[in-house]
Amino acid sequence: MYLLEVKGLSKYFGGIKAVEEVTFKVKEGIIMSIIGPNGAGKTTIFNCLTGLSNPTKGDLYFSGTKLTGLPPHRIVRLGISRTFQNIRLFREMSVIENVMVAQHHKTRSGLIGSIIRWKRFRDEEKVVREKSIEYLGLVGLSDYPDAISGNLPYGAQRRLEIARALATEPSLILLDEPTAGMNPQETSEIMSLIRNFKKLGKTILLIEHDMKVVMGISDWIVVLDHGVKIAEGLPADIRKDSMVIGAYLGREH
Amino acid sequence: MARLNWKRFKDERKNMNTVPGEKKKEKFFGIKPLVVALWFALLFLPFNGLRAAIILFAVLLISIIFFKFLFSYKKIVIEGLQTFHNKIRATGLFSAPSVHIIRSLSIIFLFILPFITTDYLIDVAILAGIYIILALGLNIIVGFAGLLNLGFVAFYAIGAYSYAIMNTKFGLDFWSALPFSIGLTTVSGFFLAIPALRLRGDYLAIVTLGFGEIVRLILNNWDSVTMGPNGIPGIAPPVIMSVSLGKLSYYYCFVLSLVILTVFVTRRVYSSRIGRAWVAIREDEIASSAMGINTTMYKLYSFAFGAFWAGLAGALFAGKMQFVSPESFTFMESVLIVSMVILGGLGSIPGVILGATILVILPEILREVQLYRMLALGGGLVLLMIFRPQGLLGGKGVSLRG
Repeated sequence: MYLLEVKGLSKYFGGIKAVEEVTFKVKEGIIMSIIGPNGAGKTTIFNCLTGLSNPTKGDLYFSGTKLTGLPPHRIVRLGISRTFQNIRLFREMSVIENVMVAQHHKTRSGLIGSIIRWKRFRDEEKVVREKSIEYLGLVGLSDYPDAISGNLPYGAQRRLEIARALATEPSLILLDEPTAGMNPQETSEIMSLIRNFKKLGKTILLIEHDMKVVMGISDWIVVLDHGVKIAEGLPADIRKDSMVIGAYLGREH
Repeated sequence: MARLNWKRFKDERKNMNTVPGEKKKEKFFGIKPLVVALWFALLFLPFNGLRAAIILFAVLLISIIFFKFLFSYKKIVIEGLQTFHNKIRATGLFSAPSVHIIRSLSIIFLFILPFITTDYLIDVAILAGIYIILALGLNIIVGFAGLLNLGFVAFYAIGAYSYAIMNTKFGLDFWSALPFSIGLTTVSGFFLAIPALRLRGDYLAIVTLGFGEIVRLILNNWDSVTMGPNGIPGIAPPVIMSVSLGKLSYYYCFVLSLVILTVFVTRRVYSSRIGRAWVAIREDEIASSAMGINTTMYKLYSFAFGAFWAGLAGALFAGKMQFVSPESFTFMESVLIVSMVILGGLGSIPGVILGATILVILPEILREVQLYRMLALGGGLVLLMIFRPQGLLGGKGVSLRG
C-alpha cells in the first residue's frame, strides 16, 4: 500500500523549472530520503506536498486523497506534517505552547467555551497539556516546558520543531534537513529519534545532506538534480549509481 | 530514546541568561542619553529659544539616566519584595495578602473612588475607561494577531453612530440598541477583513487607514442620516432599572464594570486555543498554517472580535457625551489608540491598560501647555522606541514586525 503518490509533479517559478516531472511513491511505514545537490528542488517538493505552494502540473495523492489545491491547514488534518529547513518556531511562545498550537486542529472549544470555561473546555485543555508534555518527552525537552522557545539553544530548537510536527499526529512526517548545523553527537541523537518514529508507525520523508545519515537510516532513496529525478533505489544501489556520483562530483569528460 | 547532552544545554542556557545583564552594565552611562537629549533640545530650539532648549536638555538627560538607573534596579527591587513577602508568610502571624485579595480590594477602591473625588476627575476616568476598552480591542488585532490596523477608529465611530441614530431616530433605549450597534460593528469588522487580509504588513495598514477615512467621510457627508458635520445631539444615556446613568459617578461605575468585563473576557480568550492561534499567526504565519491553523479564518476572527469591543466603546462614548460628530473620529484618534497599545506593550493586557490611562491623563495634565501636547506625545514615543521598543510592560522582542 502506498501512502503517498507523486505523479508528474512540476513547479515552475517564471522560466525557472524548480521541479520537472518528478514521480515517486512512498510505502507506508518506511523512511525515505530525498537527496540532491543544492537547488535540486527538494524543498519545493515539500512545499507542494504541504500546500504552501501550488504545483504547476502534476498530481499528489495521500492515501487516495488528492492534495493538489488544498490549503495547508486541510492537508495537516489529513495527516501530513513538516519541519522547516530554517527553523520556524513561534519564538515568543513557550516551549509547551508551541506544541499545544500544533494540536489546534484536534480541539473544538470555541469562543464561548473559552470565556465560560466549563468542564469540557478544562478537560480538553488538560488533555492537550498532558499530550504536549508527552511529545516533549519524546524529544527530550519535557524539563523545560515554560522556557521561551526563541531562547533555546539551536539543537533544542530543532528538536522542538520535530516535537511540534509530531503533535499534529501525522501519519507522514516531512523532515527538511533535521540535522543541518549539528555536531556528530547531536546528529546521531536525531537519527535514533527518527528511527523511533518509524517504530511508532510513522512514515518519514527526509531531506538530508549528511550522507552518513541518509545511508544509515533510509529504506529508499530518491535522487534529484536540477529538478529532475535521476535515480531511485535502495541505499546500497544509490551509492553505486553512476548518475548520482556524476551529479555530486561532476561527470568525467 | 536518544541520549541528550543535558550539561551542555544547561550551560548554554546559563550563558544566555548572564550575557545580556553584563552588556547592560557596560553601556550603562553610554552616549545614547546624551545624543537623545541633544537631539530633542535642538528640535525644541525654534519654539522657545535657547534657554528653554538648554533646560529641556538638562531635564531630559537627568531623567533618562534616572530612569535607566531605576530599570537596572528593577530586578533587585522585585527580588526584595519577594523575600519580604516570604518573610511575612514565614512568621505565620497573619497570612500575606494573596493576589485575589489585593485585586478585589483595588476593584472595590475603584468603585468607591467617584464618591470621594471631584466631577472633573470622574469625567477623565470615564474617558480613560472607554479608551481602555478601545485599546484592549485594538490589542487583539495588533498585539495578539500582529495585524497593524490604522483605521480602528472606524469601528469606534460605527458603534457610536449606530447607537446615536437608533436612539434619536427610532427611540430605542441603550439596552435594546446595544446588541444592534455591537453586532453591526462586529459584522463591519468581519467584512473589512475579508478584502484587507489578502494584504500583509504595511499594505494592510494602508487599507485599514483608508477604511477609517471612508467611514469618517460618510459620516461627514450623509446628511440625511448622520446630520453631517453638525453631529447628532440629544442622545439618551443608558438607564439601569429606571435609574438613569446620566449622573457622572453612576456612569463611571457602569464603565468600570464593563472595563472589568473586557479585561476578563480578553484574558480568557487570550489563554485559550484561540489566543494561541492568534499569537502563532503573529509569530510565523507560514509555520502556523503548516501546523493546521486556518490563518485566514483566525485573522477574520481577530478583526471581528477587536471590532466588537470598539462597538461597545463607541456606544459608551455616545451615551456619555450625549452627542456625536465626525470630529471625534479622525485619523488622529486612530493614531492615539495605536499609540496606547504600543506605549503599554503589544499583546500585554496590563500594559495596554497602563498605556491607555497614561495617554488619557497626560493631555489633561499638559492642558496648560496645550500647544505642545502633540509634540510631547511624539517625543515620548520616540524616547520609548529608543529605550524600550517592546513597550512599558511588553514582553521581549514582540514588535510590529513579529
